[in-house]
Amino acid sequence: MPGVEGFIYPNEIELQWSVLIVIYPFLTGLVAGAFILASLERVFNVAAVRPTYRLALLTALAFLIVAPLPLQMHLGHPERSFEMMITPHTDSAMAMFGFVYLWYLMGVLVLEIWFDYRLYLVQTWKASTGVRRWFYGALTLWSDDVSPEALRLDDRLGRIITIVGIPSAFLLHGYVGFIFGSVKANPWWSTPLMPVVFLFSAIVSGIAIVMLLYMALSWRRGTRIDMVCLDTIARYLFYAFVIDFSLETLDLIHRIYEAGDSFGALDFMVKTRLFVSHIVVQICLGTIAPILMLAAVQLVRFNDVARRRIYAVAGTLTLIGIFAMRWNVVIGGQLFSKSLLGYTTYKMGFATREGLLPAIVIMLLPFAILAVLLKVLPPWSDKEQLSGHEA
Amino acid sequence: MDQNRRAFLKQSTRYVLLTGAATVAWEYIVAGAPEQAPNYRIADHWWGMTIDVDACIGSGNCVRACKEENNVPLEDGYFRTWVERYRVDPADPEHPLVDSPNGGYDGFPQIDNPGGRFKTFFVPKMCNHCADSPCTQVCPVGATFDSPDGVVLVDKERCVGCRYCVQACPYGCRFIDPRTHTADKCTLCYHRITQGLTTACAEVCPTGARKLVDFKDPKDPVHEFLRTHRIHVLKPELATGAKVYYNGLDGAVR
Repeated sequence: MPGVEGFIYPNEIELQWSVLIVIYPFLTGLVAGAFILASLERVFNVAAVRPTYRLALLTALAFLIVAPLPLQMHLGHPERSFEMMITPHTDSAMAMFGFVYLWYLMGVLVLEIWFDYRLYLVQTWKASTGVRRWFYGALTLWSDDVSPEALRLDDRLGRIITIVGIPSAFLLHGYVGFIFGSVKANPWWSTPLMPVVFLFSAIVSGIAIVMLLYMALSWRRGTRIDMVCLDTIARYLFYAFVIDFSLETLDLIHRIYEAGDSFGALDFMVKTRLFVSHIVVQICLGTIAPILMLAAVQLVRFNDVARRRIYAVAGTLTLIGIFAMRWNVVIGGQLFSKSLLGYTTYKMGFATREGLLPAIVIMLLPFAILAVLLKVLPPWSDKEQLSGHEA
Repeated sequence: MDQNRRAFLKQSTRYVLLTGAATVAWEYIVAGAPEQAPNYRIADHWWGMTIDVDACIGSGNCVRACKEENNVPLEDGYFRTWVERYRVDPADPEHPLVDSPNGGYDGFPQIDNPGGRFKTFFVPKMCNHCADSPCTQVCPVGATFDSPDGVVLVDKERCVGCRYCVQACPYGCRFIDPRTHTADKCTLCYHRITQGLTTACAEVCPTGARKLVDFKDPKDPVHEFLRTHRIHVLKPELATGAKVYYNGLDGAVR
């Protein structure tokens, strides 16, 4: 059989989870990570990252809106997917998806954004006419109380939501990791570290994308980049990355040292089929290189321009590396047979339902949604991006 | 009037063609719920299978019969049951040579065994109808379920086609039916065994290597079989509670 080496079970010819299932954890990871960056400012009072607070929230929202799409595209019967909400099978890790997702979307993100933007929404509503007036009125739910008392309440509620939101963000992505980590049939996935590794890689990728977006948008709008903010974000990216890399290395070393039943198969995979995507792209290019760059900035004094360039390159490499990590987990975990006696290959279609084209469209969609969100809810004001809540 | 005549004709035809008990059961069988027929008590059964590796000659009869009986797609890659051929070098049992051309559907081509160095044998595979099945555990909508008589089944009307169960099955027993986009697997011929018949694969096995067994039936020879043979299940370390018991299973089998 072409693309097959050794023996695979006859039913294993077809790979079950495609590139769309690679995209899903990548997207939710960006959501969780961006939110955690936003909460740094709100809950942990890291004032330096305030300029990116709202941008991080909107980024999280844009990606979260798209997150279920690849799953729906992948299902054999998307029209039945709502059954998971109405009649979930409580033993299943996957059955929680709808609840975790909706809770995070409505209970955390949308609410927090709404409370944070209420003052802006009311002001815009009162100042505009026609359709725009109706639209912003609807967004405020036609409540125009912006007394100091009400604003204080908004701020307090926003803070409470963020505090609830942090464990929710952990839940959102840790749970995605659990879906993989709890499959005992698959030695590549089955590890209790999986949710933790997913979570930290999520934080890393979320911070990286907000950092890149902040730089790109500032450049496009011709505004000055707040270097204190950028340096702080990069520092947190560095911290998160070190933890993430340590966890992944621990997992790898543990597997190599334990050299269990499945090790031969996995060892072969990493040395052959996954060598480029795992060793070269994920570990060298997407992890070690950005960590070294970010570490260099901590140790050596570069000027502003050099730092910005380093951050841009490191951030881009980070996203590539985390995407490769998702790929290696999802696709890599399906390349070897459960008989551990053979290997198969993943052939990606192009214009098929689960091919490269829909994958690219789904990856670009959040940016389009973000562009709209930035128009409707501008995260900056002319007074150098004041946040809606009090300092 | 017309309706009455039709009903009368239907009923009397049934009485002419079927025996008394079968007549009563017919309604349920047609409705696809034979287990509710009065002559099948679901609580009286706990189904499983025994496979005698020493007896299997790799005829492929079971694979063909299964595809025929259960309307399984004929292409390679879709099997409710299949047969693997093992060649084990006694000096290197860790790395057996295994093949299963088209799941054994067309039988097995002759292979060389120079000097009789290799130990060769066939291993029929199928759903293990696990008592603690990982596939049932992970189904987000409960489309895969355990019947009270110990058979793991899929409700095609409920399955959303997420493929999580395919990932969760350690034995590679599941596939997605390309026609319905839902999960599919061996049903232990539930439509047959609830009517007192054996499974299609066991029915056609020329050597009697596969046997449907009922652990709740005190008269079933399975009890004697399990007592007098060296029995093994596949991948016992995964604690799935597999109910397909192999006699003479070699350690090299995965």
